Amino acid sequence: MIRTPLRPLARILKARDTGENPDAIERENIRVRHEEMRDKARNRAEGRLLILSVAFLAGFIVVGVRMGTLAFSEAQEPRADATGSQIVAQRADIVDRKGRILATNLETHSLYAQPHQMIDKERVAKELVAIFPDLKEERLTKDLTGKRKFLWIKKKISPEQKQAVHDIGDPGLLFGPREMRLYPNGKLAAHVLGGASFGKEDVRAAEVIGVGGVEKHFDDALRDPANGDRALTLSIDLTVQAAAERVLYGGMRLMNAKGAAAVLMDVHTGEIISLVSLPDFDPNDRPRPPTEGNPGDSVLFNRAVQGLYELGSTFKIFTAAQAMDLGLANPTTLIKTAGPLRWGKFKIRDFRNYGSELTLTKVIVKSSNIGTARMAQVIGAKRQQDFLRDLGFFDPTSIEMVEAKGAQPLLPKNWSELSTMTISYGHGLSSSPMHLAAGYAAIANGGKRVTPTILKRDTPQGGARIMSADAAREARSMLRKVVTEGTASFGEVPGYAVGGKTGTADKPKERGGGYYEDKVIATFASMFPAHDPKYVLIVTLDEPVETSGSKPRRTAGWTAVPVAAEMIGRIAPLLGMRPEVEPGQLAGITLTSN
Amino acid sequence: MRSLMFIMTAMAVISLAVWAYRENYQTQHVINETEMLQQEIGAARSRLAVLRAEWAYLNRPDRLRDLAELNFDNLKLLPLRPDQFGKADQVSYPPLREADFSEAVDVSSQEDYP
Repeated sequence: MIRTPLRPLARILKARDTGENPDAIERENIRVRHEEMRDKARNRAEGRLLILSVAFLAGFIVVGVRMGTLAFSEAQEPRADATGSQIVAQRADIVDRKGRILATNLETHSLYAQPHQMIDKERVAKELVAIFPDLKEERLTKDLTGKRKFLWIKKKISPEQKQAVHDIGDPGLLFGPREMRLYPNGKLAAHVLGGASFGKEDVRAAEVIGVGGVEKHFDDALRDPANGDRALTLSIDLTVQAAAERVLYGGMRLMNAKGAAAVLMDVHTGEIISLVSLPDFDPNDRPRPPTEGNPGDSVLFNRAVQGLYELGSTFKIFTAAQAMDLGLANPTTLIKTAGPLRWGKFKIRDFRNYGSELTLTKVIVKSSNIGTARMAQVIGAKRQQDFLRDLGFFDPTSIEMVEAKGAQPLLPKNWSELSTMTISYGHGLSSSPMHLAAGYAAIANGGKRVTPTILKRDTPQGGARIMSADAAREARSMLRKVVTEGTASFGEVPGYAVGGKTGTADKPKERGGGYYEDKVIATFASMFPAHDPKYVLIVTLDEPVETSGSKPRRTAGWTAVPVAAEMIGRIAPLLGMRPEVEPGQLAGITLTSN
Repeated sequence: MRSLMFIMTAMAVISLAVWAYRENYQTQHVINETEMLQQEIGAARSRLAVLRAEWAYLNRPDRLRDLAELNFDNLKLLPLRPDQFGKADQVSYPPLREADFSEAVDVSSQEDYP
C-alpha cells in the first residue's frame, strides 16, 4: 500500500513560499488519514455485525422450525432407543400380600357409530339390539337416523360381541381400543379395592380412574406410567379375606343381621390382613351411589371404615387399662358396683345386679357399667381424653382408603363428667370398627400406638408408648378371662387362647331423640393368642337377633362372639398359626429373692 | 506426485462414501429389527397380562370352593381347621428296609489261641 506522505515536500515548499503554516498541511493530512481509517474500520465492523446477525437469524430459524415441526408433527416413539420399552402405558396392577392379583387390566374394545357413514340404519339398530339386549331399539333408531355425527354405543365389549358387531358389516360402526379394569375375584375385597371407571374418553383411548377405596386413594401413583410394571402390594391376604367373608356372610344370615363388618389386623405392623363389610358389591360393575334412603344402608358403604357406631362395652378395657397404667387400680382392686349410679337426673344401670363390690377384673369380666363409670370418675375427663386421643379415637384413621378421611369420630361437644362416665363404657362416642382395632392392637402389642395400614410392610411400627407394658399385660389377661369365665364364653377356640370383650350398644334413632329398644350393634373385639397376641379381630353385626331360644337374644355374647370364634377357627390356620397349649398360671408360687 | 495424491484422495473419499452408505443401511436395518422386537415384546406383554388375569380369574376363591364341593367324592377337600395340624413326631417312620442275610460271612476279631 502506498502511503501518502503527511508532509508532501512540494506543498510544504509552496506554503513556505506563501507564508502559510506548513504544520496545517500535516494536520490536514492526518485528519484525512484518520477519516479513511475510521471509514474502513466502520465498514469492517458493519460487515461483522451483518454476518453475526445472519448467523443468529439462521440459528433462531433452525430453532423455530424445529419447534414448529415438533408441535405440528405426530408424536413418535424414539425408534432406536431400546431401553425406553420399560414404560408401560397402563394402570398398575394391585396384588395381595403374596402377589396374587386383585386388580388388573384387560384390553377390550369400545363400540361407537358415525351415523352419516351408515348404509342401512334401521337394520343396524335391529341387529345391535339382538347383540346387546339392554339397548332400546326405538331410541337407537332415533339416534342413528337423527342429525348426530357421533354416538357411543358401548364402552366395553367382549371379543365375541366385537365379532358379532363386525359381522353386521356396516361401515358406520367402528371400534376403539379400550383398557378396562378387571377384578378377577369378583366381590372379594370389594370395599378395599373400590372400583374404577372411565374419565376422559376418546375413540383411541380412555382414562381409567379410581372411584373408591385404594383405587382412588392411590389413583395418581397407579396411573403414573413409570409405575406401570410395578404392582401395588396390599396387606390383604386373599385366602384369609375369602374365608372371613364367607364366615361373616354366614354369620350375618344366621343372626338375621342387616349388615356386618370385620377387621383383622396384625398388632405389630398395623397391617390390615382382612377387611370385610357386608353387604358388598361387585367392583367390576360398581353400582351408582344411592340417591335416596339412608346412605349407611348402601352396599357401597364401608361399615368397617366409614361406619361410626357407639361400640359399647368394648371400650371398658381402655378405662381399666388406663386406671392400671396410672396406678389407680390393679386387677384385684375392689370397686363399688351397687346400683343404680345416679348423676343428676341420669341413672347408670347394669345388665343385672352384681352386688355391692367387684374386683377390677370382675368388673370387666361381668361388664359392669357402674364399676367402669366409677373408675372413669377417678381418672377424670382430661386424662381420659388424652388417653383416647393417643389411641386414635379423636381423628379419622390414616388407613390408605379414600373413605377413611370422612370417618371423623363423633365426640361429645361438651366433655362433661357424665360424658366421661358414659364414654368409659362406650356410649356417647361413635367410632369405626377400624378405630377400635387400632385401640385393641395397642393393648395387644404391649402398649404401643399402631396406625392401621392397608399396604404391606415387613417391620413392626414401633409407635409411641401409650401405656406401660405391665398395664397392657394385665388388660390382656382380663380380656382372656372375659372369654374363659365371662360374657364371651362362646368365643373360646381351642388352641388359640382368644381374649376379647363384647359390646352391645343400642342404636340411636336416625332423627335423634333416644335409642331404639330392639335394634343393637353387637361387637366382639378380640385378640389371639391372648398371652402373646399376633392379631386383633373386630366383628360387628348390625341389628342382629338370635332366635333359637324362647326370647330373641341380641347381646354380643350370643351373636357376634360365635361368629368371631368361627372366624378365628377358620383363619388362624390359614395364617399359619398352629394351635398351642396356653401357658398356665403358676399357682401358689411367688417369685421372691432371698 | 501430485496426481498420485489426487487419485489417493479420490479413492479415500469413495471408500468412505461406501462405508458410510453401508453403515447407514445397516443402522436402518437394526432399527427396523428393534422396532419389530419392541412390538413383539409389547404383544407378549399384553398376552402375558391376559394370561395372568385369566389365571387369577380361574383361581378365584369362589370358583375353587365350588370345585372342591363338586369334586368332594374324589378329593375329599375340607376347609383347613386347627385340629388338622400335626407334629413331626406323629408321622410314622417308613418301615426299615430289612437287611439281607442270605450270604452271611462269619467275621471275628478274636483269633483262636491255642
